[in-house]
Amino acid sequence: MKTYTYTEKKDTRSGFGAGLTELGRTNPNVVALCADLIGSLKMDQFIEENPERFFQVGIAEANMMGIAAGLTIGGKIPFTGTFANFSTGRVYDQIRQSIAYSGKNVKICASHAGLTLGEDGATHQILEDIGLMKMLPGMVVINPCDYNQTKAATIAIAEYDGPVYLRFGRPSVPIFTPADQKFEIGKAIKLTEGTDVTIVATGHLVWEALEASKALHEAGISAEVINIHTIKPLDDKAILDSVAKTGCIVTAEEHNFLGGLGESVARVLAQHRPTPQEFIATNDTFGESGTPAQLMDKYGLNGDAIQKAVKTVMKRK
Amino acid sequence: MPNIKELEDLTTQVRRDILRMVHKVNSGHPGGSLGCAEFIVALYQELMETNSGFDMDGIGEDLFFLSNGHISPVYYSVLARSGYFSVDELNTFRLINSRLQGHPTTHEGLPGIRIASGSLGQGMSVAIGAAQAKKLNNDTHLVYSLHGDGELQEGQNWEAIMYASAKKVDNLISTIDLNGKQIDGSTDDVLPMGSIKGKFEAFGWTVVEIEAGNNMEAVIKGMTEAKSLTGKGKPICVLLKTEMGNGIDFMMHTHAWHGKAPNDEQLAKGLAQNPETLGDY
Repeated sequence: MKTYTYTEKKDTRSGFGAGLTELGRTNPNVVALCADLIGSLKMDQFIEENPERFFQVGIAEANMMGIAAGLTIGGKIPFTGTFANFSTGRVYDQIRQSIAYSGKNVKICASHAGLTLGEDGATHQILEDIGLMKMLPGMVVINPCDYNQTKAATIAIAEYDGPVYLRFGRPSVPIFTPADQKFEIGKAIKLTEGTDVTIVATGHLVWEALEASKALHEAGISAEVINIHTIKPLDDKAILDSVAKTGCIVTAEEHNFLGGLGESVARVLAQHRPTPQEFIATNDTFGESGTPAQLMDKYGLNGDAIQKAVKTVMKRK
Repeated sequence: MPNIKELEDLTTQVRRDILRMVHKVNSGHPGGSLGCAEFIVALYQELMETNSGFDMDGIGEDLFFLSNGHISPVYYSVLARSGYFSVDELNTFRLINSRLQGHPTTHEGLPGIRIASGSLGQGMSVAIGAAQAKKLNNDTHLVYSLHGDGELQEGQNWEAIMYASAKKVDNLISTIDLNGKQIDGSTDDVLPMGSIKGKFEAFGWTVVEIEAGNNMEAVIKGMTEAKSLTGKGKPICVLLKTEMGNGIDFMMHTHAWHGKAPNDEQLAKGLAQNPETLGDY
């Protein structure tokens, strides 16, 4: 079995910051906007190098989305930066009308997604953002798994013409994907080959899926782990090819099971190849204060929970 | 000097277009459309510098954004009669498979439209973004926008108004259609807003008032003054006093025609008050 190790942990938001810095140096059309969260979004370096291409809008996210839409008229590629909660639910109608329906080339970059925002609690821990954004016609939804992949995704979405939601987080997590990777929107990445069960995971849960697969391997269970960094458009073929071999699947995400990756996968399976599925996700609930690790344990979003779900789903084959 | 008579003739024809469009599908918003007819005609025929043809990025030309998208009939009529698309297409307003959706959209690729609008309060932010893109592109052309007075009740406007002066977006002329009416009644009955002029001034804008917003000469004079005030570090607000339903006597002095179409008899009466000038579509 292919195994993954890491020598360093970093936050995925820093991957976004690094990607944005690189875009600032290579693409003169890239501009950035922020609603009073420069440090949290790691946008400092881009701003230092390109002050004329940065727009501080203050605590006014609705205005930020509209300005971003307007900046595309004139050929700019705006990247908006704020927390996931304020990037989606707070400004849903602005995104819907001025960006998605208008087909504007805006990159909505959202940090502090999910429970791992930690101590600030449920007001800031959005677990509904993937669902909100994937329902918007034409919106691409990406949730990369580590620093390197977030950096690569940030760079890749500037080359794509259309609205994108890029979701990342606050905690330091293992860096296990290559620094030189080329990010392909909509292309799932098979991390391990397996025959007994498919585990598809997104974001911070990808590393947890790999940890689970190691333990499962020792227990004699062969798990195929797939990194679904792009939730929309979903790589249907990668999922269907894998379950054709394994016959069951576990989906894992830091998001409500309603509206998340798991539901998207269930739709594909129901339509093409009905397959037993278990969901690692929050269960229609808000989060709460705590450390990221405590919260992921309490809400069952970790390698242990994935292992249990694998054992459950395999019995349903 | 502008030929006022020609512009007024066009405005009369636009009024006919508005009435006929909403009558045909028995839906749409004639009241605000009629009130803004002189303004939109003046913008596209006299005030704005535009390139021939349509390009989304609008580099090297003035841009206009309609924030109160429900007055799409006047917008579509003036765009068609300014050459953005065939006037015959006005026949398809609000019909299935049409590019002339109930509210304006880029989605169907209608030339002249650069943003979807209809859900209120979003257009000023978009106009500001486009104005800032012009500055980045060293493009000295202007950005215009139009908003309803009732629309100012949407909070996003005030985020945008605060931002535009803070960031010295002085290539922007945002016009407020002061007709004093909204769906549920007069703006003073629904939610009194106090002095809109005082509010814009307090937020750091330069305000130009056009008292006779349905008089072509007054509109051109006021807007020309507004243009002369751009480039001086402040965004420009034009307060355009209009009469909802202007030009159709039974549609004036009431909010009843905000979103209601005339019946056959009412259409005939309204058209009789506005004899054909350039020819119906």
